[in-house]
Amino acid sequence: MTSPILTRRDALAAAGAMLAAAGLPLDALAVEDVKKGGTLVIGSTQVPRHLNGAVQSGVATAMPGTQIFASPLRFDDKWQPQPYLAESWKLADDGKSLTLNLRKNALFHDGKPVTSADVAFTVMAIKANHPFKTMMGPVEKVDTPDAHTAIIRMATPHPAIVLCMSPALCPILPKHIYDDGQDLKNHPRNSKDVIGSGPFKVVEFTPSQRTVMEKFDKFFLPGKPYLDKIVININPDGSTLMLGFERGDLQLYPFVSLPTDLKRVSANKNATLTSRGYEGIGPINWMAFNLAKKPLSDLAVRKAIAMSIDKKFITKVLMGGFAVVDDGPIVPSSPFAVTDVVLYPLDLKKAAEMLDGAGYKAGANGERFKLTIDYLPGQDDQQKNVAEYVRGQLKKVGIAVEVRASADFPSWAKRMATHDFDLGMDLVFNWGDPVIGVARTYLSTNIKPIVWTNTQSYNNPKVDELLEAAGTQLDPTKRKALYATFEKIVTDELPIDFINVIPYHTAASKRVGNLPTTIWGPMSPMDEVYLKT
Amino acid sequence: MKFARLFVLRLLQGALLVLAVVVLNFILVHAAPGDPVETIAGASGGMSPELMAQLRTQYGLDRPLVVQLGVYLAKVLHGNFGYSYYFNLPVTSLILERVPATLLLVLCAVILAFAVGTTLGVLAARRPNGVLSQFITVLSLVGFATPVFWMGIMLIILFASIWPILPVSGMRSVDAIGGGWRDVVDIAHHLVLPTVTLALVYLAQYSRLSRSSMLDVLGADFIRTARAKGLPERVVLYKHALRNALLPVVTVLGLQFGNVLAGAILVETVFNWPGLGRLAFDSVLRRDYPTILGVLVFASIVVIVMNLLTDLAYRLIDPRIKV
Repeated sequence: MTSPILTRRDALAAAGAMLAAAGLPLDALAVEDVKKGGTLVIGSTQVPRHLNGAVQSGVATAMPGTQIFASPLRFDDKWQPQPYLAESWKLADDGKSLTLNLRKNALFHDGKPVTSADVAFTVMAIKANHPFKTMMGPVEKVDTPDAHTAIIRMATPHPAIVLCMSPALCPILPKHIYDDGQDLKNHPRNSKDVIGSGPFKVVEFTPSQRTVMEKFDKFFLPGKPYLDKIVININPDGSTLMLGFERGDLQLYPFVSLPTDLKRVSANKNATLTSRGYEGIGPINWMAFNLAKKPLSDLAVRKAIAMSIDKKFITKVLMGGFAVVDDGPIVPSSPFAVTDVVLYPLDLKKAAEMLDGAGYKAGANGERFKLTIDYLPGQDDQQKNVAEYVRGQLKKVGIAVEVRASADFPSWAKRMATHDFDLGMDLVFNWGDPVIGVARTYLSTNIKPIVWTNTQSYNNPKVDELLEAAGTQLDPTKRKALYATFEKIVTDELPIDFINVIPYHTAASKRVGNLPTTIWGPMSPMDEVYLKT
Repeated sequence: MKFARLFVLRLLQGALLVLAVVVLNFILVHAAPGDPVETIAGASGGMSPELMAQLRTQYGLDRPLVVQLGVYLAKVLHGNFGYSYYFNLPVTSLILERVPATLLLVLCAVILAFAVGTTLGVLAARRPNGVLSQFITVLSLVGFATPVFWMGIMLIILFASIWPILPVSGMRSVDAIGGGWRDVVDIAHHLVLPTVTLALVYLAQYSRLSRSSMLDVLGADFIRTARAKGLPERVVLYKHALRNALLPVVTVLGLQFGNVLAGAILVETVFNWPGLGRLAFDSVLRRDYPTILGVLVFASIVVIVMNLLTDLAYRLIDPRIKV
């Protein structure tokens, strides 16, 4: 393995380890050669609906949202919570309350102080409106004994609550603006005069064109942010953005996954490329089986199909060596990932034997049965190319696969939602904690006519039980053990054939210092990012 | 008066046409698979069933289609285009925000295509079998046959990447904030490539049309008379022939306005030009019904008005034309 990215990553890790050993905080070193000022232009293909991340999840809103709004906590690149609006915090021993001690100098962009009332209002607003119900699901109420203490009270132990305090998941809203009785999902202030307490304030939000943000002078972290201005420039066409990046119009271009783009950036002397910063999102490229349909309801058939697919070929050849194989429901970069799962190394001969054994003998034309495969349009490198490859591989074991294209996202989503598929290619995010982005795919209670639920119709009471128990288990070791058992069962029963981690990378001009490489990467505050000269 | 009656009649026809456009497009957009709430769930990275149901109720998507159409028609008759599902902003303000960009692009392209196209056509007509004429024939065939989006992409590669003298996309530089002349120059700079791309197709058409029209006129009796009078060739060509030859070109220009608007969708998408065309395209991808319908109604009104004006202008230019 001589991928330039891996070596760079290793070098960074080594440097980090040495610094840690020397007892030097990373920050202190960075501050010395930091230059202040300048405008950072970020390219994005994602169109935000508005800027209020408390009622709108997704990358598009989180990128500007985490600059504008501050959250109780933030996370470093090792999944460790760090103080942000909260100076200190404590998850109670019974796991049923989280106490946040807020700093006293935090102000909203309109000059009003950030208090525990804002935190209480926001947490309850997220519970009522956020698309991810499991995040604040167990929350019953938020106590505010004084202006700078908020205690989130929960009905059941909920260890994920700490991660749910992340910038991308819990942007603290100003109560004095949003608590006016209007529906928060459609509140006019979600896109006009948006007020937060983050390092940057909005000066312009033009839907599907750009978001312009300026340094907030009274930001609660002294001396920060370093940049004067951030512009998020939106263009639905990635290749045009790449051209703009190469010309120097953009200095930061996150979420690049196209192998041709990644190759071009690696060869570019004025650019750096990093795969760090996507651990929190945990993006997986996978192929789902519709277990409600024959012959995919037959485990032997699913195993034979998995055995016919060479994930290494996909990541090395189709994705140019930029992607990493994924073997389980939890991405390898998550603290809950385990390596002890059931693997399906390429073995066409054994696959054919298994299909014979299951009673699907080849007919006169060498064909056993027909299947369709759907893929998400617009991401050919991850989806269409892999679907075509799967068709070729399955032909070798006598399964005729028809690749079905969808005109656009809603057409594809409709097929998934109505469970109208045999094999379904999909891109799914873990979203940090398994209770948010993993459990939804496997819980039998979540078999719904909705995209990104358990559209596979997978049903195993043991798995339901494990996920339930893991969601409330406070001891990290025990929690990990529960997820380990879950991962083993799911990879054995194969409702989904996991393929690879989506190779999201951040392309940056060499002028950019302190790249956003925490677990939430570009979906976290860029108060420490700076421009050299 | 006859003229006034015609005008009123045309106006009524126009109103009926807009109604037909609304109903037809309402059916069309709802026939496309998927719905706006699924798109919003997609943009959110997943969504709980309760929230989806709540959104569907809020947007009235859980009601029968006929009821939805009725509600929509009633709103449109009151001049209310509703709210965009995706952006939760009034459709009218979304459209009005985009109109200037499209108008600027379309007008510049039409003027460029008209000016250059007729000049080339007239020049070609002077020597119908000359080298220039042959060249123009080839050029217009190429212009006709080339897809607009491909032409746009090629021009981007050429003038924004290989020889980077023009911006890649958008209407303004990302760091341009302020106003005054620097803004004007900045927009003009961004306008060059999309205008040329959009103009090329119509340029081909106008040059062909003006060439043949000019050839027609040059064979007419009054041209022979003018020449017999001993008028200089320059006067014969530009004063006598050209003015008559332009009539059909002007007509086509007016009637084609709708086509140019349609072409603008592709050009705006390729160049990320923040106009109506891109709004329409993006809205289709999001199944943002109120915005799609709003743009279509707006566009059909523009086209109807343009046709009406062309009709009237034609009668004024050539009084021989009767009802």
